[in-house]
Amino acid sequence: MSTVHLGFPAVRPQHASPSSRLRGERGFPEAAREELGDGTLRENLRRATSSIQSKRASAVREVRDWQKLRNAGSALKWQVTDHLPELLEQLEASVAAAGGVVHWARDAEEAGEIVTRLALERGAQEVLKVTSSATQEIGLDEVLGHAGIRAIESDLAELIVQLARDAPSPLLLPAIHRNRSEIREIFLATMPDLDPSITDEPAELAAAARRLLREKFLDMPGSVAISGADFAVADTGTMVVVESEGNGRMCLTLPRTLISVVGIEAIVPSFQDLEVFLQLLPRSSTGERMSPCTTLFTGVHEGDGPEEFHLVLLDNGRSAVLEDPEGRSALHCIQCSACLNVCPVYQRTGGQAYGSTYPGPIGAILSPQMTGMHGSDDPNSTLPYASSLCGACYDVCPVKINIPEVLVHLRAKDVDRRRETRGDFHGTWDVALQGASKLMASPRAYDLAVRSAGPLSSVLPGKNIGKLPGVLPLMTGWTDHRDLPKPGASFRTWWDQHEKDRAAQEPAHGPEGGSAAATTDDDPGSTDEERS
Amino acid sequence: MSEWTDARPARTPGMTAKEEILARVRAALAVPRRDEVTEAADVPRAYQRADDKQEVRTAPEKMRRVLVRRLEDCTATVHRATAATAPAMISAALGEARSAVVPSGLPASWLTQVDASLVVDDGTAAAHELDEFDAVLTGCHTAIALTGTLVLRSDDLGGRRAISHVPDCHVIVVEADQVVLGVPKAIERMATDPCAAWTMISGPSATSDIELERVEGMHGPRRLEVVLIEPEPDPTPEPETASAPKAAPEPVPDPAPPAAPATTQEKTS
Repeated sequence: MSTVHLGFPAVRPQHASPSSRLRGERGFPEAAREELGDGTLRENLRRATSSIQSKRASAVREVRDWQKLRNAGSALKWQVTDHLPELLEQLEASVAAAGGVVHWARDAEEAGEIVTRLALERGAQEVLKVTSSATQEIGLDEVLGHAGIRAIESDLAELIVQLARDAPSPLLLPAIHRNRSEIREIFLATMPDLDPSITDEPAELAAAARRLLREKFLDMPGSVAISGADFAVADTGTMVVVESEGNGRMCLTLPRTLISVVGIEAIVPSFQDLEVFLQLLPRSSTGERMSPCTTLFTGVHEGDGPEEFHLVLLDNGRSAVLEDPEGRSALHCIQCSACLNVCPVYQRTGGQAYGSTYPGPIGAILSPQMTGMHGSDDPNSTLPYASSLCGACYDVCPVKINIPEVLVHLRAKDVDRRRETRGDFHGTWDVALQGASKLMASPRAYDLAVRSAGPLSSVLPGKNIGKLPGVLPLMTGWTDHRDLPKPGASFRTWWDQHEKDRAAQEPAHGPEGGSAAATTDDDPGSTDEERS
Repeated sequence: MSEWTDARPARTPGMTAKEEILARVRAALAVPRRDEVTEAADVPRAYQRADDKQEVRTAPEKMRRVLVRRLEDCTATVHRATAATAPAMISAALGEARSAVVPSGLPASWLTQVDASLVVDDGTAAAHELDEFDAVLTGCHTAIALTGTLVLRSDDLGGRRAISHVPDCHVIVVEADQVVLGVPKAIERMATDPCAAWTMISGPSATSDIELERVEGMHGPRRLEVVLIEPEPDPTPEPETASAPKAAPEPVPDPAPPAAPATTQEKTS
């Protein structure tokens, strides 16, 4: 390999292709404002996240050695990152030895081209898809669509989203914004053979989807299916797919050709290590002891399942994540989504506001690193701020990714970058802090400022100060997302008044000072009133 | 628009994708991290592994009790049987099914009381032909008690994957010596043949995608029936002859029955 190294100019890690679904059109605060306005969505999200959260908690409580499993999971993931090049080559050799073909894709475009070419060569006009983040990240459905190939989502929620022609949605709970009667309407409009007497019972709707997909599953001669994989085992070449609905099981088994698009980080060193991850993933993800269907396959199995297996190993920005030693642990994610459900921010905004295939706390550290943060007009520069740093995400992470630490690190990186690009101008933060420092350095100026705050704010209506116009120099941004309580009397004003009152009472009690006097002062005050 | 919209990731001409990705990753990892590099030997394996005392010492009856409870938690129906009652239980588990597909290596003794017409899979039936069967009957490789998981290997006991995925009802026969307590022990057993096609089943498939309401049997079998063959309760010196007529006169059919059920019978008699 070293000879290859020397023959080429220095290769640098690269960010993801701009075509990837990793960046929204608007920054997080702006996008979140819209999501927060949708009452149904918020109610659905609240119910969903709290029920999954408690299911997860009880599934985890059952496991006595949970923390030890987390320690092992974390160390295994570090082992993978530290030895990624060797493990990737080992994986390729194992898959090839088992009759699979390995393709390497530097970016979204290259992965899309590989999959499209494989599908076209096999004459496929329709391909079945098992939803996976890697294929969603590279916008595969659209890429295939341009080549005239229809991708059919086989996950129920993704199918609903696809039939409704909704915007591509984040992986967890993609259909959370649709209620049952809407789903019934969507099905009636898009499934020609559906009996119009169908009710909006979830069981009936699911059965309709089952019938539709079953035809596809059972009758695709020369068919092609596309999946991801939760884990790719380096020493055996085994792919592991963990799922609930059983659609994965169908797609991995029934078609003639199977193409799996897998990020280079999904590696697990050895088959034995699955004893850790197959315990961590299901309980963290859906709160089940094991997911209903877990499939392990290695290359091609004679007489069972696909005759051809293609593995597409995807970089698309992952090398850029690895470049930052403080942030590279973001790639340890096994995509359980536990951090989403516990996050107070995600619980309210939902996934759309993050604008990326990877939402929630993990998305807030993964997406900006995959795409890079390119200054204040880059929506992904806002993601590291989409957190209150409460740390709940770190507590639940099965591989112990210290998300809050990485968030703070990325914020620092963002600020440093802004400093660099703006030269001496330090932005509102610095102006505000410099102002505050001047103000606090002078007791008279400070006194004046705090005493006048109360009376000044009383000209505004209401109890709280809402969004202020951006022209006010110190307030920009501060009141955009939260109300500022109106300052009442300043402490100094209150203290002056308090001292005055005390002086007025003092003669009655004589010269006994101290705390006893202060407490008795308060009580008689009220009794006096009652007496009079 | 902004600067970042056009920034396509660079590719080095003349380099293959593999060479370039590996070179990128090597360049990225050249920036050292604070801690030492983690080697395989550094991974702390303090969790309960396959040789953990709980796994080794838990009484088999207790493991089976846990397995039954956990299977029922994920809405499988469990029929507890002994070698003698297994044929009747398997027949009961198949219920109304009129036709069932089976892999080639099932012990003949399991099938003696089955009413449904059985077709031994020869590997040729296409998926839509398999759809004609009401049920599929398979054996099992390993059953994980703590998670209620049944592990099927694609072999002559578990069958090729398509036969166990397509029919509406799946009957799985589990033998006592296949039951383990935890996931690590199961992985250890699977690791003797890691490159086989494995399916780990924990209850029928399910979805909660419509208003979070759980709907069972989304794809694949909607009903999961488990027949657990346990050793006879104990060497109870009962005069067995009276109750025997049902099971005993049914002499094991000609193809030599596989070892497992036979040895169980030997032990108990």
